[in-house]
Amino acid sequence: MLEASGLTKTFDGLTAVEGASLHVERGTIVGLIGPNGAGKTTLFALLSGFLGPDAGRVVFLGRDVTGLPPHLICRLGMARTFQIVQPFGAQTVRENVAVGAHLRHRGRAEALAHAERIAHAVGLGAELDKLAVNLTIAGRKRLELARALATGPALLLLDEVLAGLNPQEITEVIPVLRGIAAGRDGTPGVTVLMIEHVMQAVMNLADRVYVLANGRMIAEGAPAEVTSDPAVIEAYLGHGAAERLRRAYGAAHAA
Amino acid sequence: MRGLAGIAAFAVAIALMPAFVTSGYALNAMIMTLYAALLGQAWNVLGGFGGQFSFGHALFFGTGAYTMAVLQVNFGWNAWAALPAALAAGGAIGAAIGALTFRYGLRGSYFALVTLAFAEVFRILANTFQFTGAGVGLMVPLSERAADMQFATRAGYLYLILALVLVGFLVSWWLKHSRYGAWLQAVRDNEESAAALGVDVLRVKLQAIVVSGVLMAAGGAFYVQYLHYIDPHIAYGPAVSVEALLAPIIGGMGTVWGPLLGAALLHVLGETTRNLMGDAPGINLAVYGIVLVLMVSFLPRGVMGLLGTRRAARAAGDA
Ligand SMILES: Nc1ncnc2c1ncn2[C@@H]1O[C@H](COP(=O)(O)OP(=O)(O)O)[C@@H](O)[C@H]1O
Ligand SMILES: [Mg+2]
Repeated sequence: MLEASGLTKTFDGLTAVEGASLHVERGTIVGLIGPNGAGKTTLFALLSGFLGPDAGRVVFLGRDVTGLPPHLICRLGMARTFQIVQPFGAQTVRENVAVGAHLRHRGRAEALAHAERIAHAVGLGAELDKLAVNLTIAGRKRLELARALATGPALLLLDEVLAGLNPQEITEVIPVLRGIAAGRDGTPGVTVLMIEHVMQAVMNLADRVYVLANGRMIAEGAPAEVTSDPAVIEAYLGHGAAERLRRAYGAAHAA
Repeated sequence: MRGLAGIAAFAVAIALMPAFVTSGYALNAMIMTLYAALLGQAWNVLGGFGGQFSFGHALFFGTGAYTMAVLQVNFGWNAWAALPAALAAGGAIGAAIGALTFRYGLRGSYFALVTLAFAEVFRILANTFQFTGAGVGLMVPLSERAADMQFATRAGYLYLILALVLVGFLVSWWLKHSRYGAWLQAVRDNEESAAALGVDVLRVKLQAIVVSGVLMAAGGAFYVQYLHYIDPHIAYGPAVSVEALLAPIIGGMGTVWGPLLGAALLHVLGETTRNLMGDAPGINLAVYGIVLVLMVSFLPRGVMGLLGTRRAARAAGDA
């Protein structure tokens, strides 16, 4: 469904993403992990049209969308959320979500009704009339999710929707994400590509995981496989960490 | 629909006014208030609903006024034929300014300053060209017949400005209840988010400045018909730009009734100032300036914000 190859983006001197490729198959949940500053958010911006790549190609649903503006990519069925939430603060939750719903619903009443359904689905049903500025962080994250979902996407790009939530909130949102991916109440399932730091969620949800470090893809595979990959451990914990871990682990077993 | 009923009730009340009020002073006060409301409605489309603050709405006003006057004086057009041309000219200038500014991502104070600069350029041009009457301005020949969009009684002008203000009301109401309005307010509140939700930000802004330009040009056209005269300073000077932004800022930006409310309050304020301090030059502008600062500091959502606190409190969920 999504095929990115050789994506590169340089910000005056700093190469944030370098030759990154990834592949997302329809009906799967794919995780994208990596240390802070690895270039994950930048990669999302390249996929969703917010940034134009210096090199590389993005093919979505069989179409080359490289360099298309974000609103057109969204219309084709790829919706994203922002790591730093960007609500329409002066508007209510219902109005916020309706902006997304208007992409596929011209009429105001239909869009508002659709917004209401989506808000219920992500657990914002009780806060429909609240102004977005008055939501908690957890509420704003859900709002990001609801708005993107309201555009009726085939592919959702989620940028750390669990960051800043407490363990209980995370436990509440995980089934919501699974429900979105699986589809329910007659709605089709949505393919998901998610940047996530909360490992519990990645292990729990993702079918496959990509690991980005210093702008490069360093590993790819099933979650358990990838998280035990020495290259990945080193990327997170620093050079030599895998060796130290292995030795510590081995010593513990020998004892 | 309740909103539309309110607008209809207002229109009926104003339309009945000449049957009960014969004082020319009172009718003129109502006409000038509605006229200020129309300018406010025009600015409100782009500034209040779209978040693009213009300091140069005189650009559209003056273009509407001059198109109206030039077509009648130099080309002998009938006023009713000139009106659509004046509206189109206002919209076209809007499209041109929008293309020049929004395409290059000008926002905030940059956009405000560019509109101000263009209004000033047009003032100088109008001052130069013979066909606009240069510094002397243009006088529309007196012909107090409805067929020439001039009226022997104030009531006629009242109906004319009421009709234009009603159009302004319907546009504002539509912005509150339509997909386009939702998109425009989304662009106002966060352009990135809007784009992420499939909104064509540039197109939405261009459409807003065109609609705003058309409404503002209607104000200019009315001015010419009511006062039979236009000159570069009236048409493109800063006073009319300030008048257009003041009413919605005082009444409530991005609301349907804000511009009218603001225009009414400004009218009362203007009259009070004149009574208390006489016609000292510039005194009105000084008072407006003070009011503007007070509004922005203490009532950023305008008087409608005050009236709406109950609804806002409910919306905020702190009931
Ligand atoms: N607009 C930008 N201009 C300059 N540098 C940027 C910009 N966006 C991101 N960067 C830099 O690119 C690198 C990758 O950032 P980002 O994609 O946000 O990483 P991640 O999401 O993996 O934490 C960082 O070093 C960041 O400072
Ligand atoms: Mg990030």
